Amino acid sequence: MTLLQTRRTPVEAPPSPATKRTNPLPGIAMFCWAVVTALPLLWAVISSFKTDDEILNSPWSLPASPQWDNWARAWTAASIGRYFLNSLIVVGAALVLTMLLGSLVAYALARYEFRGNRLIYYVFVAAMFFPVFLALVPLFFVVQQLGLLGTYAGLILVYTAYAVPFTVFFLHSFFRTLPSEIAEAAFLDGCSHGAVFFRVMLPLARPGLVAVGIFNFLGLWNQYLLPLVLNPDPDRYVLAQGLAALSVSQGYRSDWSGLFAGLTIAMLPVLVAYVAFQRHIRAGMTAGAVK
Amino acid sequence: MKHGRWRFLLGALVPALVLHVVFVLSPYAQAFWLSLTDWTGVAGEARFVGADNYVRLGGDSLFLDAVRNNALLLIVVPLVTIAIGLFLASMLRTSSARIGQGYRIVFFFPQLLSLVVIAVLWGFVYNPNTGLLNSGLRAVGLGGLAHSWLAEPAFALVAVMAVLVWSSVGFYVVLFSAAIEGIPRELFEAALLDGAGKWATFSRVTLPLVRESVQVAFVYLGIAALDAFAVVQVMTVGPGGPDGATEVIGLSLYRTAFTYGKFGYASAMGVALFFATLTLAVLALRSGRRERLELA
Repeated sequence: MTLLQTRRTPVEAPPSPATKRTNPLPGIAMFCWAVVTALPLLWAVISSFKTDDEILNSPWSLPASPQWDNWARAWTAASIGRYFLNSLIVVGAALVLTMLLGSLVAYALARYEFRGNRLIYYVFVAAMFFPVFLALVPLFFVVQQLGLLGTYAGLILVYTAYAVPFTVFFLHSFFRTLPSEIAEAAFLDGCSHGAVFFRVMLPLARPGLVAVGIFNFLGLWNQYLLPLVLNPDPDRYVLAQGLAALSVSQGYRSDWSGLFAGLTIAMLPVLVAYVAFQRHIRAGMTAGAVK
Repeated sequence: MKHGRWRFLLGALVPALVLHVVFVLSPYAQAFWLSLTDWTGVAGEARFVGADNYVRLGGDSLFLDAVRNNALLLIVVPLVTIAIGLFLASMLRTSSARIGQGYRIVFFFPQLLSLVVIAVLWGFVYNPNTGLLNSGLRAVGLGGLAHSWLAEPAFALVAVMAVLVWSSVGFYVVLFSAAIEGIPRELFEAALLDGAGKWATFSRVTLPLVRESVQVAFVYLGIAALDAFAVVQVMTVGPGGPDGATEVIGLSLYRTAFTYGKFGYASAMGVALFFATLTLAVLALRSGRRERLELA
């Protein structure tokens, strides 16, 4: 017994399962943070089904009967549906363009030797270290002079321009690690440079493309500062912008249930998609920081 | 093949370079020049004023409020976020795989939401009468602690900090727990056999080995704390209020440029913000250059 004691005392959690003593602290800590994280989200979803009266007088209770009307009102009358569609158009196009241009640049710089290669790489990558606020004022006038203020095209091009540097940075190292034998074999078979890229190298880079694609999608979908400055036309507001405008507009200040429904519409699709693809998404989101 | 090679390279690089030069490089370069002028947006009427804008910044009390608030955010938000993140990540290490997976999913939720969505949501939570926070406090008999969180100068900035911490902890839990999983199990077992307690294990084994991740976290969180624009602009009264209590540099810049049309002056704020960001990145990355721990 004494022998056992002396062996046990310095060891906090003995390895043998029979004597395992579970410490409640980790469980409690994690549970608490999970509640702190999930409760406000859950509360917003539940509130989106309540009447204004219920929201004002009993914030913690469940709705007596679900008010689907709130969602309909937010989607049509408060234009959340239109903002949602605008976001889809702008982010979809910008994402395709970013992935195409970003992977082309990363591949060309990673797999071809030519004068100025390093310079071009640094010109792209250096832009990641500048705050967008610095560019904001001149950017507004550049976009205005091109006649692109408040247009889909303007937003798509600017989104792309600001998403390409990270995409290049991330995919550059990825293309470097791909084996060159397959590409060489394809060249011997008479493939052109473009065909080797699109048919051979791009499919090989799929894991990297998925990771950076997810990262870019969320970054662009949640963009607020750029549309706020470059997209003044309320008909073309993107989702984040429209929601922010609703939350401060006097007309909707009193429509609590409509606002909660709008908020829920803005956050639910992303959360549902996340739960479905969560492993990929977390890997994609943290990939940039882990590197 | 030589000919096709150059054609491919040009086709691959030129479109992206054009976009980059027009929308990224040229605005950054112009900002430095504009910050030395008194430009108000009329074409051709930018007058060179030297360092005048920067001198004015030093006497602009609202801007100084913004600098002070950003500095406070810069100190508090990364420290608190990283402390909670490391704590939860090392808790996750000892929990079972399945439960840990479930917690990771939930913790990561805020990372997926736009800061605007988060700001609107927390605006509701902080609402003095109907908000989740005050009504929760009243429900458990702590009604005396209820405040108008965003309307009282003493609490407004703290409320903003809490939202920023809430929104970022999950990401760093996932980041840190990936780094902790990369530590060989034998090291923890050796520490256990050597009689190391929980705190000793954490500070002598875990922390030194995830140091690079912590450093990255400081840079990212620092940059987010220097921004804080979306949360402040959407959630606070004014925005930036009450009485400048939550003013941040980005908000000052945005208002100066797009409400008052003082584009030269706003550009000087942008340049100031740029140097703050640069200093932060250099400091954070150099501080970790000392010794790198190599795992045998």
